[in-house]
Amino acid sequence: MLTFIVRRLAYSIPVIIIASALVFGFTRATTDPLARLAQSRDAAELLPRERHRLGLDKPLVTQYTRWAKDFVRGDWGQSFISRRDVKSEIRDKLGNTVQLIFWGILFSASIAIAVGVYSAARQYSALDYTFTGLSFLGLSMPVFWFALMAIQFLIYEPTVLFHLKQPIFLSVGLHSANDHSLVDYLRHLTLPVLTLSVQLVAGWSRYQRSSMLDVMSSDYIRTAKAKGVTRRKVLLKHGLRNALIPLTTVMAIDIGALFGGLIITEHIFAWPGMGRLFFDALLSGDTNMVLPWLMVTAVFIIGFNLLADVLYGVLDPRIRLS
Amino acid sequence: MAIRNTEELSGRSAAAVASGAIADLGDHHDPTTDFQLPPGSEPEARSQWQLFWRRFFRHKVAVAAGLVLIALYLAVIFAPQIAPYELNPRLDAATLLQARHGPSGKHWMGTDELGRDQMTRILFAGRISLMIGLIVALVSTALGTAVGALAGFYGKWVDQMLMRVTDLFLVVPGLAVLMMAQKGLAGKQILGHRFSSQGLIILILSFLYWQYIARVVRGVFLSLKEREFVEAARASGASSFRIITRHMLPNTIGPIAVNTTLVVGLAILTESTLSFLGFGVQPPTVSWGNMLAQSEGAVGTPQAYLVYFPGLAILLTVLAVNFLGDGMRDAFDPQSHH
Amino acid sequence: MTDTPMGDARVLPDDRPSPTTPVGDAVLSVRDLHVSFPTDDGMVKAVDGVSYDVFENEVLGIVGESGSGKSVSSMAVLGLLPPSAQITGQILYRGTDLLALREKDKLKLRGSKLAMVFQDALAALNPVFTVGGQIAEAIRIHNPDWHRAQVRERTIALLDLVGIPNPAARVDQYPHEYSGGMRQRAMIAMAISNDPDVLIADEPTTALDVTIQAQVLEVIERVQDRTNSAIILITHDLGVVAGVADRVMVMYAGRPAEIGTVDEIFYETRHPYTLGLMASLPRLDENSDGARLHRIKGQPPSLIFVPTGCPFHPRCEFARLPEPCSTEIPPLRQIDTVGHRSACHFAEDLREVGRKDLLMSAEESMAATVAEDPAHGVAE
Repeated sequence: MLTFIVRRLAYSIPVIIIASALVFGFTRATTDPLARLAQSRDAAELLPRERHRLGLDKPLVTQYTRWAKDFVRGDWGQSFISRRDVKSEIRDKLGNTVQLIFWGILFSASIAIAVGVYSAARQYSALDYTFTGLSFLGLSMPVFWFALMAIQFLIYEPTVLFHLKQPIFLSVGLHSANDHSLVDYLRHLTLPVLTLSVQLVAGWSRYQRSSMLDVMSSDYIRTAKAKGVTRRKVLLKHGLRNALIPLTTVMAIDIGALFGGLIITEHIFAWPGMGRLFFDALLSGDTNMVLPWLMVTAVFIIGFNLLADVLYGVLDPRIRLS
Repeated sequence: MAIRNTEELSGRSAAAVASGAIADLGDHHDPTTDFQLPPGSEPEARSQWQLFWRRFFRHKVAVAAGLVLIALYLAVIFAPQIAPYELNPRLDAATLLQARHGPSGKHWMGTDELGRDQMTRILFAGRISLMIGLIVALVSTALGTAVGALAGFYGKWVDQMLMRVTDLFLVVPGLAVLMMAQKGLAGKQILGHRFSSQGLIILILSFLYWQYIARVVRGVFLSLKEREFVEAARASGASSFRIITRHMLPNTIGPIAVNTTLVVGLAILTESTLSFLGFGVQPPTVSWGNMLAQSEGAVGTPQAYLVYFPGLAILLTVLAVNFLGDGMRDAFDPQSHH
Repeated sequence: MTDTPMGDARVLPDDRPSPTTPVGDAVLSVRDLHVSFPTDDGMVKAVDGVSYDVFENEVLGIVGESGSGKSVSSMAVLGLLPPSAQITGQILYRGTDLLALREKDKLKLRGSKLAMVFQDALAALNPVFTVGGQIAEAIRIHNPDWHRAQVRERTIALLDLVGIPNPAARVDQYPHEYSGGMRQRAMIAMAISNDPDVLIADEPTTALDVTIQAQVLEVIERVQDRTNSAIILITHDLGVVAGVADRVMVMYAGRPAEIGTVDEIFYETRHPYTLGLMASLPRLDENSDGARLHRIKGQPPSLIFVPTGCPFHPRCEFARLPEPCSTEIPPLRQIDTVGHRSACHFAEDLREVGRKDLLMSAEESMAATVAEDPAHGVAE
């Protein structure tokens, strides 16, 4: 198992290096660090000087190695816009995104597992069809539209309908300006978590359902039944324990993607996290922010893919012990 | 099951797809073992198709979804004929008097702040959105099938190349990269051609999605390669080209058709998301996504209906595509009957 | 035909409506069992009228090709068929009809009084739990008041009984750490953990190589010496049955073709299908050099469209067509001795047909069918 992890880790390193080179090239090709400057009045005079200062007149390979060296050393540069240190900026925003991710996966995983187990136990029941229909709806849902609908129907409509002084949920930011209570936090948290969970719940529950059905038709489930194990225990002990193995790995991969994938949710709910950071940086042409951002999210994705493999080994003795 | 949106889960949908499970994340079915068509013998091949249609028509929801899709495509193709009003009416007093009217018998989906009929706009926007979905699916299928077939047939380094390249696509956050590409390439010359915003989005989405199809085709080819009828064809001296096009591709139609269908939905969702964020189809061209971007401010006002209908149009379309794809998969592969 | 089956306990009722109580001291009596499954193409009649008894300390072999209904009928005994299965008839365990039992009461019998050893132990053991844990679970379910240590001690003793070396260490290993033969022994240990009255072994040796097969069969016999269980051994291999079983039921297309003692089945064969099966057995003592093995021509019938009359008639070398073989279903009836029964219109005529004759005719028919696909042989 240990050799497996080490080998897998060793494989990740070239992947990260190649990915970083591509990300660098891609960013250079699509964003221009001097775009803002070019619009200034004395651009003709400033541009060549800035280009030289930033090393943009050097060959791309030189630029890359220089950037990579700085990046590894921890020198990620300054934001063009806020003039803040990029590293500490990303660290702050990462913390806020992690909060969303944490509550999102907690919520989604519990629902998905429950739905998956129920649907497998009562396949083709009315409720099973309902869950299947809902999961199709979730997978076909434009997330940004869901967020808008959530604001409309969970914030405005109830406020009007019940003549509330203030809405139940809030749709802007992490917390109110002068209120840092838990209640206020939860009022802000609910809608973004709901939004990011739509696809997770739909995807995971559907995955868990198939996974359970797969497991429940296997020979060892028949053996358990033949031993006189109760239906409930067959399902929850023999069935779920096995069906959770693939779900866990899928979840790990999905969670990795969430670090760079909450752009819409954070944009709509003005949540000061990674997604919003990227959106604003891209709009304002803040290349210094975009490049490290891509690197950090890529590392998270690669890291969680690695974690998925390791978890598979931990949960499945056939892999753990070989 | 549907492919996930690139939306919130860009990396993930790609990962799922990459594991060969684009059509259904759930069934741990290797799509490669599912299609047991006989070696292209005519009468049997025909009965396979009869079987497909028989099973497909039993899938009521999928049939309904197919009909909905056909209706949607017909509606947008004939938008100029059936739309009740002009797309961009002259902004005179008469039009402006109609501004901000809620849904009524006269304007089924209401009017916007300039008095423009929403249903008309949705029909015309649908032309763009549905066209993008279809073209992206066709382009990425053509490209993906070619690459996947070569990789699966020749194996070795060709295959290694494909797998490594697609691996790299998986490690970057998809939506972010799409936004960057869209922003960076907008208005630039590509291959000596200046693309419109919708042309650019077709280009970029096809460039992202061909690999899904390629992975699926590769998987099926890898397993078909070992089958007797391919061995037999090779033994009888058939050329590689002939084996690929006559013996192997016909047996890959099932998974290709299913995944092409699903890519239509995926492309429509992604396009609407990008357009909503301002990185997709640009006004004055209307798409469902940029209609929503323009009316985002109507949320929480009496004009909230402006937000309902374009979103419902996207949802209905993608839902129909996903149900259709699911039904097709069941019909091609009855074993995956979960 | 005219013999009166009085006095012998091991007599099965004729094809007359089945009696509701078992005859004699049978532990398990199956009466007129029918099992069918609805499919897209129609009803599959997997079991189509099967009756048999098993007695204490006896091994009943059930032999047939895949799809003959041998496994389905035994799954019905344990109540392990999917809910879609339509089951009629009776399965009497010491006089109690299992099919009429409530699920709760069935659970009590399952794994304690009625136990099963499955084919392919690698798939039949849960990969994420230790072998010992899985055996212990079987013990604990039916002995909820036992202590941990007691259960563990019993588990190790069971592993020892079935011949697992170093059971105290092996008990904590996972199935994939066992060899194929050991896994099958562990399956047997699990099945006998509560000293069952009826032990059903479904192709317990199929996935194993020949030397291991013999060892596993030996374990089953040893277990029986200790527990006096009634054992039902399901197999497609007449050779396995010859060594272990007391009585044999040969099944074809969901119906019994012939029932009798091992000697009757092997030396006084009264059904053409049994003859065919036997002729396809490799033998060392006769015609060993160069002689080809006999194969039953054709393929097992579809269970949706079962041939009219005798289901075996399209493949039968002795069939008289069209009448009666393709028009009349031959009843399972008593031949020669009490307890020896065959479902062939011309069972008596087979007295004249020795195994040699069949081999001769087989050689001839072989010449004609030599180009046929080898997959059409009788062996699965």
